Order: sequence, then C-alpha cells, then structure tokens
Amino acid sequence: MSELSVNHLLGIKYLKKEDINLIFETADHFKEVINRPIKKVPSLRDITIANLFFENSTRTRLSFELAEKRLSADVINFSAASSSVKKGETLIDTVNNILSMKVDMVVMRHPNPGAGVFLSKHVNASIVNAGDGAHEHPTQALLDSYSIREKLGEVQGKKVVIVGDILHSRVALSNIFALKLQGAEVKVCGPKTLIPKYIEKLGVTVETNLTKAIQWCDVANMLRVQNERMEISYFPSTREYTQQFGVNKRLLDSLDKEIVIMHPGPINRGVEITSDVADSKQAIILDQVQNGVAVRMAVIYLLASKIKQ
Amino acid sequence: MSQKLLLSAKEIDIILHRLACQLIENHTHFENTVLIGVQPRGIFLADRIKNILVKDYNLSDVKMGYLDITFYRDDFRRGEKPLEANKTHIDFTVEDKRVVFIDDVLYTGRSIRSALTAIQSFGRPTEIELLTLIDRRFSRHLPIQPNYRGRQVDAINQEKVKVHWLENSGEDAVYLISN
Repeated sequence: MSELSVNHLLGIKYLKKEDINLIFETADHFKEVINRPIKKVPSLRDITIANLFFENSTRTRLSFELAEKRLSADVINFSAASSSVKKGETLIDTVNNILSMKVDMVVMRHPNPGAGVFLSKHVNASIVNAGDGAHEHPTQALLDSYSIREKLGEVQGKKVVIVGDILHSRVALSNIFALKLQGAEVKVCGPKTLIPKYIEKLGVTVETNLTKAIQWCDVANMLRVQNERMEISYFPSTREYTQQFGVNKRLLDSLDKEIVIMHPGPINRGVEITSDVADSKQAIILDQVQNGVAVRMAVIYLLASKIKQ
Repeated sequence: MSQKLLLSAKEIDIILHRLACQLIENHTHFENTVLIGVQPRGIFLADRIKNILVKDYNLSDVKMGYLDITFYRDDFRRGEKPLEANKTHIDFTVEDKRVVFIDDVLYTGRSIRSALTAIQSFGRPTEIELLTLIDRRFSRHLPIQPNYRGRQVDAINQEKVKVHWLENSGEDAVYLISN
C-alpha cells in the first residue's frame, strides 16, 4: 500500500490498519529528516495549509505548524478568539472564506464533536481533525501508537491501560480505536464516574483499581483530568483522585517489570503523575512530543499527495 | 517486449574495477571523500564500489551513506502513482567534504538534481561528483553530466535500461528493454 484509503483524517475509526502502517513507515523517514542539521524538505512548497483552532491549544498547534513548515507548506493560522466567529459567522462561511484564498488543506480543532466530518462534506479541501470536542484526536493516537512501536518494537499484543478521565477524553477514544486496530489489549482505569457506560462495547475492559491495572499492563497512558469540560463534580477532591489514580514511583518500584509511562500533556504534576515518574527514564513523554512532529508530517504529506494538481 | 543484454556480469566486473581505479586516481586515500549511494537503486552500485576499494585496494577508511531523494523530487502530485520513500542513512556531515554521488542509470538528470538539493541538509560539501554505471545519452532534461561513467548507451525514450544486481535480482546484468 502506498497511499491512504481516505482523503481526510477525521478520526481513527475511518482508517484501516494498512493506513496506520503507511503513516508509521512514512513517519520513520520524517523522523530521520527532523534529526538532520537542516530539518526541512521541499515536498509541499505548492501547498497552503490553514490551521483553524476554534479551541485553545499550544502543543498540538505548534506541532502541526512545525510539521507543515518542515514540509515547506505555506501556513496560515487562525484562532477563534481573534476571528469573525465572535461576530456570528458560521463554520462553513468562515472556512469557505479561507478556502477562497486558495487553501488546499485545513487542520481544525473544534469544541463540537463531528465538526471535522461536517466540514468535510461541505468544503472542497482536505481536512485534518486536530481534536473535535470529546470525540477524536487522531494524530495524538497515532503518535502514541508510534511511540509504543518505537519503544517496544510493535503494538500488536501489547497491554495498554489508559488511566484517568476517559469520559471527556478524545485522546482516550482515538487511542482505543488505534490500539484495537493494531491488535493491542486495552484496559481503561479511572473513577467510575469518569468512565463512559457501555465502553466495553469498544472491546476494552474496565478496571477501577489502579494497582491491578498497572500490574497488568506493558504501557500506561496517563490522562489529565479535564476540569474545563466538567460542569459537575465527578470525584470528591483532587487529593482523593491522586491517592486512587495517581501514578507514583513507589507503585512503579513495587512491580517486577518496567512499564512504559505515557502522557499526552499537559501534565498536572502531582495529580495524575508525580514529578519523579514524569522525569524518569520509563516516561516517554518528550519522545511522544518529538514523534508528534514526524507523525503529523507523515499524515500531511500522505494527504497532500492525494490532492489533485 | 524484447530485451537485449547490454552488459554481462564479467563486463560489469571489469567496469566496476575501472571506476574504482578512476576514483582512487582523484581521491587517493579518501580521507576527505564520502560516497553517497542514491536510493533506491544506486545503493547496490555504491556497495560494490566500496567493497572493491576496501578489499582490492586496502582503503579501509571509505565513508559511505545512502541518500533518499523522494521528498526532494519535482514530480510530487504529478504522477499516477504516489512516491514511495526509502531509508536515508548518513551518519556524518558532508561539510567541507568531497561527495561522490553513485547511481546506476543517469537518464533525465532529475534524480541527481533532487540529490543535489537533498545533500545540502547534511552540510555544504566542497565539491560533488557523479559516478554512474549507465549514462543514457541524449535523454537529459537538465545540464547534468557524470564525472565517472561505466558505459554510455543510446536508447530512445520508449526503451528502458534495467540494471540487475546479484543482491536483488540474482544476477549481474544490464538489459535494454523495448516494447
């Protein structure tokens, strides 16, 4: 397989396993590129990409922007805070106005689930979903799997536990889709109030005891509690959450194996993960960030190669 | 489809030794020279040349790398098939080095144009030369010529020159294929 089966990256659930393999093989090449003295290739010099961020983001936006610039694409940035969206413009109007300036690809983060799918049906550009509400964050899941593959050799057969606020997490959902597609075993762990009903239907198991989950797994992906998405209280206190679902050095030292610790960031040190764990050699958090650029380069490159001249 | 043998294994062997000797004439001990095999097919030739230099002429310190040019090509989104990348393996910089590009067939010159851009990511060489087994005359799109050539071939655009190596095709041979 040498091209993606899709024209947009809207979510992992639209991808095939072969798509993920192709993205990873391409990302391997780009990882080598971004470690050269000159970290840029001219492939996309005739492509213009708009980064539309209707929701706050730091690392994802920077990572996409860097990936686009490393590929020599022209980049325009847009954030909802300083736009006509505040003046009442619709999403389609906003995007069509931007596309009329001859933009080929749109990278969009939006607070509403399904915004990317909606847009892909109404505008003539390749869409990359950079996070849509609590739905999907496909590039994060891809870079997470890529990082597991890099650290452990392959994803297939590995035991991965996703710990924390599963209910509000698009990272969790995309990760579940990606990991299952590649043949990993997936468990979710967190307070019952933060685990969606019927999540077992996605082929994952639920564990509410962190120690048991950590003893079972090869990889623990620690999620942040998304207070900004919570309108009610889901657990009694942050302190109690940390006591039950925070990973610390003592817990890791009690294991008879060395597990891999991941975190999509931003980290709340001392809440879901202690500093000594976050900074330990078991944590691959900064590798995830570096891999994010390579994986996003691969996604953008492969989607751009399908845009007709 | 018909194919005609242009070079046999024995002829290729003689040519490779001649090319290696020409390189030694210009680069003596290779202390400031790096050989770069151009992916995908130039790497077999590069390996062979390096082997001759090391084994037959006792030049132990010959640096070599593989360069992939996919992301530097000028036909991205222009062809029927998507471009497939290969591995770049260069674990040194080429700053102030004498670089020798090695590729099996020089045809339009566009691959070498891409390689000239790609190599800049690894530094600024003092000079770049080109070694090629087959030079297809009269087919160039760009003003690029080899410094070392194995055999010059006159072929029309509809014909293909295919280089087989023992490593990937089970024999050393060069064929001219016409439809």
